[in-house]
Amino acid sequence: MSAAAPARRAAALADIAPAATGLACVVAFFAVMEALIRSGLISEYIVPPPSQVIDALGRVVMEEHIVRRFFLTIGECLTTGVMITVFGVAGGVAMHRYKLLQQAVETWVAALAAAPVVLAYPLFMVIFGRNAWTIIMIGFVAALPPVILKTIEGLSGTRKVLINVGRSFNLSGSQQFFKIMLPAALPTIFTGIRLGLIFALINIVGVEFLINYGGLGQLINDLAERYDLPGTYAAICFVILVSVVFFMTLEKIERWLRPAT
Amino acid sequence: MAATGHLTKAPTRSGVSAVTLLRVGLVVGALAIWEGLARSGWLYRDVVPSLLAIAKALVALLTSGEYYFHLGVTVGEIAVALAIGGGCGVVVGLILGGNRFLARAFEIYLYYLGPTPKIIFFPVMIMWFGVGSGSKIALGALSCFFPVALSVAAGMREIDRVLIRVGRSFRADTWQMIAKIYLPAMRHPIINGVRLGLGIALIGTLLAETKLSNKGIGFLIINAYSTFDMPRMYANLIVLFVIAIGANALVGRFGGLDTIRR
Repeated sequence: MSAAAPARRAAALADIAPAATGLACVVAFFAVMEALIRSGLISEYIVPPPSQVIDALGRVVMEEHIVRRFFLTIGECLTTGVMITVFGVAGGVAMHRYKLLQQAVETWVAALAAAPVVLAYPLFMVIFGRNAWTIIMIGFVAALPPVILKTIEGLSGTRKVLINVGRSFNLSGSQQFFKIMLPAALPTIFTGIRLGLIFALINIVGVEFLINYGGLGQLINDLAERYDLPGTYAAICFVILVSVVFFMTLEKIERWLRPAT
Repeated sequence: MAATGHLTKAPTRSGVSAVTLLRVGLVVGALAIWEGLARSGWLYRDVVPSLLAIAKALVALLTSGEYYFHLGVTVGEIAVALAIGGGCGVVVGLILGGNRFLARAFEIYLYYLGPTPKIIFFPVMIMWFGVGSGSKIALGALSCFFPVALSVAAGMREIDRVLIRVGRSFRADTWQMIAKIYLPAMRHPIINGVRLGLGIALIGTLLAETKLSNKGIGFLIINAYSTFDMPRMYANLIVLFVIAIGANALVGRFGGLDTIRR
């Protein structure tokens, strides 16, 4: 027992050592930046010291209606999420059901996934106007392909044995679909929705910034145009924080949906 | 894909496959709806310009020398961005992939910073690198660094241990190991990383050009928008999408990626 305790402690230390090293390096990096900026080696009119950015974070949260902006951006993302789920899953199911359609357009969907849709944002502005719908529709078009492709992948990957179980119970076509195929495909479909939502968030914040309209993206543009450097950096940090939390939440849901195999 | 190819080739009585017929039908249908909308007058004039107007703009665009100047600027910026961001990505990926401790210390930051929107760094890049090409290249490089690094690190870890043991048993030195074992074994992850990086560098660079610049394809697009020359904007977008999808396919084909599915 007495020999096991130090060994366990060493193992625990080895476990947290990499994470602690990583964190220490990040902290050290910001400390060095602070020192370089204060000493004048890096101009504070180009890079504000990290301490000022931390100060500005509180100001940006209090004065720039960040809660309203946050809910606006997240609202746009979730609207897009609902739309890609409805249209993406329906499209995937239709393409899985009608093989001819799948053979004809699956490569087109894959090409759309590789296409830089967000660059067409001036086009969306002409069609929808400079409003939230432009932002939502760009998110929708950019985020739709992974949902369609993953729905097809999930449905085609249903294990043969499950389909045979359905057959042996004499399930009708729709029962087979809703009781066997869809539940089996759900984790893969959610992977598509997760990817879609990440694309949606990236595109939505990006377009908000570019067209200077709406939530968090606009805030960065606004602060940059006012030449409020600590505020700009603080807002960028806030947006990164939001997207990391968003990303982690989606991962948690995905892990929860995946069957423990 | 194999199944699709197989079925696509099954001809109908007329000698044209049903898939081709459906594809042609869909394209013709979409074009007909477009032209119908253009002529209907339901939408504001020029929001949906007629196909003829777009074709004319396309010809005018491709025959003007000025377009190739802007194309050259953008291609140059993307190439430099990919070289810097992708090069750093490959080096960081190899280091993280080869060292478990460093991977556990730093990879989580790359993993979570990767999918954040990069365009929001543009004001910072303007401050650091100026309003010229520098800030566009920096944004493109920043955008493509993350996917390349993560893809290379993951690829490095997936190398078959047997190959590494074979190299060691032949007493290969470090350079021989890299040249004969690691790099050939990692061709797919590196090419795939570069392909992802290329797409993202292209988006980063062009978005930056649309926000603030006086040359490049992004500038042409936003310029056509601000002068409300819709046929020219459509023509620019069509050429850009063809180039982007073509470049993506070319890198995939070049790296033999068509043998593996995404």
